[in-house]
Order: sequence, then C-alpha cells, then structure tokens
Amino acid sequence: MTTLRNQGVPDAGHAMHLLRQMLRVRRLEEKCIELYSAAKIRGFLHVYIGEEAVAAGVMETLAPEDAVVATYREHGHALLRGVSAGAILAEMYGHAEGCCRGRGGSMHLFDAATRFYGGNAIVAGGLPLAVGLALADRMAGRQQVTVCFFGEGAVAEGEFHESMNLAALWQLPVLFCCENNLYAMGTALGRSESQTDIALKAAAYEIPAWAVDGMDVLAVEEAARRAVDAVRSGGGPHFLELRTYRFRAHSMFDPELYREKSEVAQWMERDPISLLQGAMQAAGQLPDDEWADLQADVDAEISTAVGFAENGTPEPVSELARFVYSDRADDGSDGGTAGSGEGSRKGGAAG
Amino acid sequence: MKTTYREAMRAALRDAMQRDERVFLMGEDVGRYGGSFAVSLGLLEEFGPERIRDTPLSESGFVGAGIGAALGGMRPVVEIMTVNFSLLALDQIINNAATLLHMSGGQFNVPIVIRMTTGAGRQLGAQHSHSLEGWYAHIPGLRILAPATLADARGMLWTALQDPDPVLIFEHGSLYNVAGELDEDAGAVGIDKAALLRQADGSADTVTLITYGGTLPLVLEAADQLAGEGIGTDVVDLRTLRPLDTHTLLDSVARTHRAVVVDEGWRSGSISAEIAARISEQAFFDLDAPVERVCSEEVPVPYAKHLEQAALPSVERVMAAARRAVGAGG
Repeated sequence: MTTLRNQGVPDAGHAMHLLRQMLRVRRLEEKCIELYSAAKIRGFLHVYIGEEAVAAGVMETLAPEDAVVATYREHGHALLRGVSAGAILAEMYGHAEGCCRGRGGSMHLFDAATRFYGGNAIVAGGLPLAVGLALADRMAGRQQVTVCFFGEGAVAEGEFHESMNLAALWQLPVLFCCENNLYAMGTALGRSESQTDIALKAAAYEIPAWAVDGMDVLAVEEAARRAVDAVRSGGGPHFLELRTYRFRAHSMFDPELYREKSEVAQWMERDPISLLQGAMQAAGQLPDDEWADLQADVDAEISTAVGFAENGTPEPVSELARFVYSDRADDGSDGGTAGSGEGSRKGGAAG
Repeated sequence: MKTTYREAMRAALRDAMQRDERVFLMGEDVGRYGGSFAVSLGLLEEFGPERIRDTPLSESGFVGAGIGAALGGMRPVVEIMTVNFSLLALDQIINNAATLLHMSGGQFNVPIVIRMTTGAGRQLGAQHSHSLEGWYAHIPGLRILAPATLADARGMLWTALQDPDPVLIFEHGSLYNVAGELDEDAGAVGIDKAALLRQADGSADTVTLITYGGTLPLVLEAADQLAGEGIGTDVVDLRTLRPLDTHTLLDSVARTHRAVVVDEGWRSGSISAEIAARISEQAFFDLDAPVERVCSEEVPVPYAKHLEQAALPSVERVMAAARRAVGAGG
C-alpha cells in the first residue's frame, strides 16, 4: 500500500493545490519546532507532521459557512480552514495579533470568521460541541455541515459515545473525523480499547462509517466529499476513521519511549507529501521548476508569517480581565476586592 | 394572582419560548414526562418536540450540545435534573462554557442557560441532595443565579437568556411548591443586584442575615421571631452568587454592624466563606462582632428525616447565630 489512490492523480491543478496545502502545514510546523527550540514560543506544542493529508483532504470539501471543531493538534486545521499563518504564529507568541489575542496558545486556536471552533485540549470535549453546532443548523434550517476532528484516544471517553448517540438519534448534520494515529499520547490503541476497529464503533450507533487511508490525500478527499455531500443533503451524521500516523513525538516533551524507531521509519515511507509528489512526478505533472517554485512560495509565506508574529505586540496586561464576561455596561456589582478582576465587565483593567 | 414557584418557572419558560424562536428547552424528561419536577408540564404539547427536547441520560453530551447550539446562534435552556447529576457535565460547563469566550480572545460567546435543582430536605439521600452552587460560583466566566422568590422564579430566566454569557440557574427543590401572590404582569427582573428584603427597624440590636435560594424562607421566619425578641434584622437575598453584589451586603453591614451568613452548602470552602471573607476584607471596622455562619453539617446529606434535618440550617440555628452576634457585639 504505497501508491496514491488506485487511479493515480486526476487533475494537475487540483493535485498541485493539495500538495501546496499539505506543504504549508508541514513548513509551518517545522518552523514551530524551530521557534519552540529557540524559546520564542512556549507551552505545549503538538505537531501534525505526517497527518497533513487528513486536514488537507477534508477541508477541501467544506463550504465557507460550514463549521469546524478540532483538537489540540490543530495548527493544520486552522491554517487550511483559512486562518493565516501569521495569526497562528502570533498566537503562539502570546501577541495581540494572534487569532485569540494570546489567550489560547497552540492548543486553543479559534477563528469566528472561518467558523473554526478550536482548538480543544480536553480529549473528546469537542464532540458534544459539534453535535450542538449541527443541532443549531438543523433547527434553523441551514444546509450547513459541522466537521469534528478528534483523535482515536477520544473514543475511550464517554463524551464520544454520548455524542455518537445524540447525533444519530437526532440525525444531525455532522461529520465525525477520527484521526487514528494509533497512539493516545504514548498509549497504543490496542492497549486502551477492547475493540480497535473504530469505524465499527460508529456503525454500532447506526452512523455510516468508513475507514480511509489517511496518508493518501486523494482518498481522504474522496471519502470526505462523499460523506459531506451525504450529510449536507440530509443523510444525518457520517463518520470517517482516517488511518494516519504522526512522525514526531506527541509533544515537545515526549521522549517517545513507547514505540520503535523502525515503526516510525516504516510509516515515513508513506509520507503523504512524498506520496503525492511522487505520483505527480511519475505522471509528469510536477516539473522540477514548479516543485521548486511551490517550495519557495510556501517558504516565503511562512517567513512572512514569522516576521508578522515576531513584530507583534504583547497583549497588554491591562487587558487581562477582558473576555471573561462579555463587554457591557457596568452592572453595578463590584465582584469583589480591588484587583481581583472578577466583575470587571467593561473590559478595562482589573479593579 | 396566586401562583407557585413551579408555575412561575413554567410561565417564564413559556414566555421565553414565545418571545424568541431561538429559545428551546432540552434535558432529561422535560417533554413527555413533563419535567422531573413538573416545571415543563404541558410545554411539549404547546411547542412540540423540536423545542421541548427530551434527551438521553447523557449530561455531558446534551450540555455540550447546548453549548454548541449556543455557539451556533440558538438560545438553549438546558435542564439537568439535579446539581449532583451536573457533575457528569462538569467538563462541558467548566472547560467549554466558561472558557470559550476568553480562550477565543472574545470571539465566541456562549449564551446558554443551564437550569438545575439543588438542595436537600426531601429525604432523597446524598446523591440527590447536595448544594454545589457555591462550587460553580468559583468559576470565572459563569454567572450563577439562585432564585428564591416567586418574582425571581418568574423573572430571572428571560434576563438570563439576554445575557451573552453562560448562566446557571439553581432552583432549590423545596421551593417548587411555595405559593404566593405574584403580579399578573410580572416579567423579567434584573440579575445584577442582591435584594434587601427586610430592613432593621432601628431597635437597639441589629444584624444582617445574608442568604439565597432554599434557605431564604427559614431566614425570613427567623427574622420574624428575632423581632419578637427585640433583635432587628436586615435580610439580604443574594440572588446572584457570581458576580456577587457586595455593595448591598456592605451597605447593610455598615448599618447593622453584624452579619450572619446562611448557606445550605458545607462550610469549608463555601460561598459563605467567600462572603465572610469579603466582609472582613471590606467592612472590618464596621463590625461589632465576628461574622457568623450557619451551614450544613459536613456530612453527605443523610436519608433519615431526623438526621437530614439535623444536618441542615434551621430557623433555630439561624436565631442562635443572630443572638450570638448580638451578644458578642454587646
């Protein structure tokens, strides 16, 4: 199973676009690792390297008014949903120019303009939200789809099962995308699940579910398009188990004691970027100069984004108490002792 | 007109559903059963199953779905049978509802209202009887309401639904049958201020009794009896546990110079502890006596009636605390 989808690469322009999207995620995150090592960004950093085909393939099938819910490994989802690399990096810098004004960081990217609802660090915590977003669309009569990304570790949580049941019971327009990279942090799937066929779990809730090669962007896109079309046309929830792999450690703190290097190396032979690149080259769709241009373009985008983040401004401490409650007229309650910040509803400084 | 707390709650729900088609009620047994405390009885017939939405027993799932629906532009009212069961939804309430506005840098409001019963006194045992609203009042990003009166039962919901942020409403189980007079045209009420329900009449000894929710009736009764003993009382109904309206408390304490906090929660780490701390921080020199607290005994609430009653705040315990405050104040 080393080739891209059976019929090869259909359209040169589209293949080039997908290659670019995956490369953008890859280069952004390689830069994140560099910036992390240079102590420019802090906190937990979980990179998606190796899994790019999943976000690239699924995002391609969505309309601007659709909603996306993601996990703490979501830089790629945010970028491909349309959040700029600059706003993502500035967020990790803790700058006011970040997509959450420095309050979210790597694990909590949000963007209202693209209906990107995070950025959730509680495993499975995003699933009920996706169910609710889909419920709102249903009740309002909107033909929108909510896509929810989550890792295979989430299927051990009760919220996974509660969400499957509710979505199926109410036939809600949501597409569940399980990114099965085989490890919940350091725990292999077989060590945490009695039933390791995840698509089967969804099927148990009467949700149409497929397992897909998550290293093959064309396969992901095709499956996602089929599922999104079905959801959008009233077919109720659908489920994709995207079989993928992260090439890097769980986070920057992970010594990776739980898996063999040979296993990683074996999966890296199916690097989703190399797979598509190779197929395009074999089909004569990727002349060397175009490949060089593409890389230069992406490098320039990331470089500009780093400059944007680097030159950003720290979110002022005077704004600390903002966004705990919505800005509104003073309600007369002091909320406590001076400096506690609570009850500071005008958006100004604490106290 | 004559009404009950339960009917006032139902009228509030009906009114909210009529005013705004984005409002819907979701929870366990809210529809066909009529609500586990009969609050939503009849609303299914009136509004249909889309808007009076029965859920499976999956608190985290349907509370999270309510949060998602709020993000999606709806105005969900989510009912959880009791505060004990809400613990299954803590992740969604605390990690999502309370944080999304902040973590998103102000981009995502969560205009959800979550209603639940709280409190003891009906011999339901420990897993149906606790008063955990003080815990929720610990969480920045949430607004915590505790309607104790018919007017608040009728009026707080619509105001809560207008709030762009998550609001939790705690309804003490012993209040549903409380009956009384309510204006025919009673409607929305503010949710920012505590209420001074009774003011000391200038007798020699005065004390402020501070409470909320299910203990208000017994505090009012204690106030009546204390008047007979020549002790004048201010009674403050907090109404909102977060953010706390400390102005009203401190104004009262400045006049009475003594305070008794009555809270059905356990004493350790309770909302009564927070209130006592604020009084000592902000009104220390107004005080003529230490702040007294009347709380539940620190045991899981027992089933047997005599044990349960012994564990809970009572009129007698409130009166004893008030007498101590007055005595200590000279």
